Amino acid sequence: MRKRRELRISGFGGQGVVLSGEIVGKAASIYDNGFATLTQSYGPEARGGSCTAEVVISNEPVSYPYVVSPEVVIILAQEAYHKYAGNLPESTLVIIDPDLVKPGPSHKYRLLSIPVTHMAREMGRPVVANIIMLGFLAAVSDLVPGEALRKSVLSSVPEGTQDFNLKAFEAGHRYGMEHAGAA
Amino acid sequence: MSQEGIIQGEFFMNGDEACAEGAISAGCRFFAGYPITPATEVAERMSRRLPEVGGTYIQMEDEIASMNAILGASWAGAKAMTSTSGPGFSLMMENLGLGVMLETPCVVVDVQRAGPSTGLPTSVGQGDIMQARWGSHGTYEIIALVPSSPQEMFDLTITAFNLSEKYRVPVLIMSDEVVGHMSEKVVLRAVPPEELVERPRPSVPPEKYLPYQTDGSLVPPMALAGEGYRFHVTGLTHDERGYPAMNAAAQDRLVRRLVDKIRLNRSDIIRYEEAWIDDAEVVVCAYGITSRVARHAVHMARSEGIRAGLLRLITVWPFPEEHVRQLARRTQAFVVPEINYGQIVFEVERCACGQARTALLPHMGGGVHHPEAILEAIREALR
Repeated sequence: MRKRRELRISGFGGQGVVLSGEIVGKAASIYDNGFATLTQSYGPEARGGSCTAEVVISNEPVSYPYVVSPEVVIILAQEAYHKYAGNLPESTLVIIDPDLVKPGPSHKYRLLSIPVTHMAREMGRPVVANIIMLGFLAAVSDLVPGEALRKSVLSSVPEGTQDFNLKAFEAGHRYGMEHAGAA
Repeated sequence: MSQEGIIQGEFFMNGDEACAEGAISAGCRFFAGYPITPATEVAERMSRRLPEVGGTYIQMEDEIASMNAILGASWAGAKAMTSTSGPGFSLMMENLGLGVMLETPCVVVDVQRAGPSTGLPTSVGQGDIMQARWGSHGTYEIIALVPSSPQEMFDLTITAFNLSEKYRVPVLIMSDEVVGHMSEKVVLRAVPPEELVERPRPSVPPEKYLPYQTDGSLVPPMALAGEGYRFHVTGLTHDERGYPAMNAAAQDRLVRRLVDKIRLNRSDIIRYEEAWIDDAEVVVCAYGITSRVARHAVHMARSEGIRAGLLRLITVWPFPEEHVRQLARRTQAFVVPEINYGQIVFEVERCACGQARTALLPHMGGGVHHPEAILEAIREALR
């Protein structure tokens, strides 16, 4: 039986959206022996334009590369929320940064929040917000095993920043363990 | 070729990067290009990687110069490549013809985006397929491969260099934005020398060498600039010496051979892949990213009990005429989804020759077909 699992990450350029997708895809296909396809869509701007990464994970080669029925949707911009937080399968988990996204009054899906942008700033490096989010994802979802995600983070970030990124990952993971149960 | 600097192992990388690595594994040591979305990552990776393997990367002033530079590099003995997208592909057309006329091995990568003109620079299209076949003026044949995954961007780039060296013709890799930018696991490998094809080389001493003498074969041996063989190359119609020969007889001899060396070797060049084809009542014929959407749709159709099959073109040029003719005799209909308003569908229809119905499912670009749309076209084809 084929098992197709899908993740969408959406925000704006410069938030590390595509890198996050890359880390998840690499974790699933290189460190967890599955198949994964990452596609991305973005506008002509390098920074600030809307940006989406879609990861399809499967136990067999992926034919259609786009998200059809997402298991998890990570949303890092209000515009992306309006675009992607409706018409989801009932069981979809929506994860937001509450400082960037205000969910609508009619939000009907399972919702988790983690203030990754604020947490990254507190840690002194705003660029690790996406890695904090991946740690959180590992804690609240079994989409990809946490160990594979950790390895993937380590092999994807620049030389010399591994320790800091791992710290960011663990911060997100801890936050997930502490807060997700309540959701 | 030295295996030093060849990267091996499993990587999660996009199609453009895999294409660059395929070129390096195939022995490409010269790249000239001009950046353009969505092909920039090919050039970017080549600019970083070629110096590591003793090769040369040049960013040219435009795509006209890029195409010319790779022809020159090839005549100096290098395996050479350039990459571009729609607008740049258009600029390369004249000198692509020069490459055909001079019988110059080289590889041109077109990561297709939606056109015409500037179109949608960051979004997918498949509108350059007929341009690949007919874009340069005059009578000629070309080879064009269409990858459908990052792994195939690696593998088919090696195939492209091999075919290009074997037949002394520019080979086109007609990728698309989705395949170029999509990331998947890619197994990079060093290619053993026996798997690499090198251009035919002269076996006669320099004083007996005639640059375009074929001795009955269709592909003449190629001497390189600076190794002692005298030769002359020109875009004018030429004789066996490479000198201009301004008459219909010389034109007939030369152009007939340029075309025949591809046409008569079709069975060696043509590649395709099939799924669920044996009992198929409707065959979806697709290529590139669309073939993956089609596979998904054909799978859906099968689970509804519809006898659908998939013909995935790996070479669009030369087109697998004979195979489509045969399929037409035992299937009821072809469905051809493509991200243009009808190109390969004309080839399918021509070869089906009234024996099977042919339906186009067009998409103007900026995205791929929805699998449901292809499924509906499959249902419709059988009504």
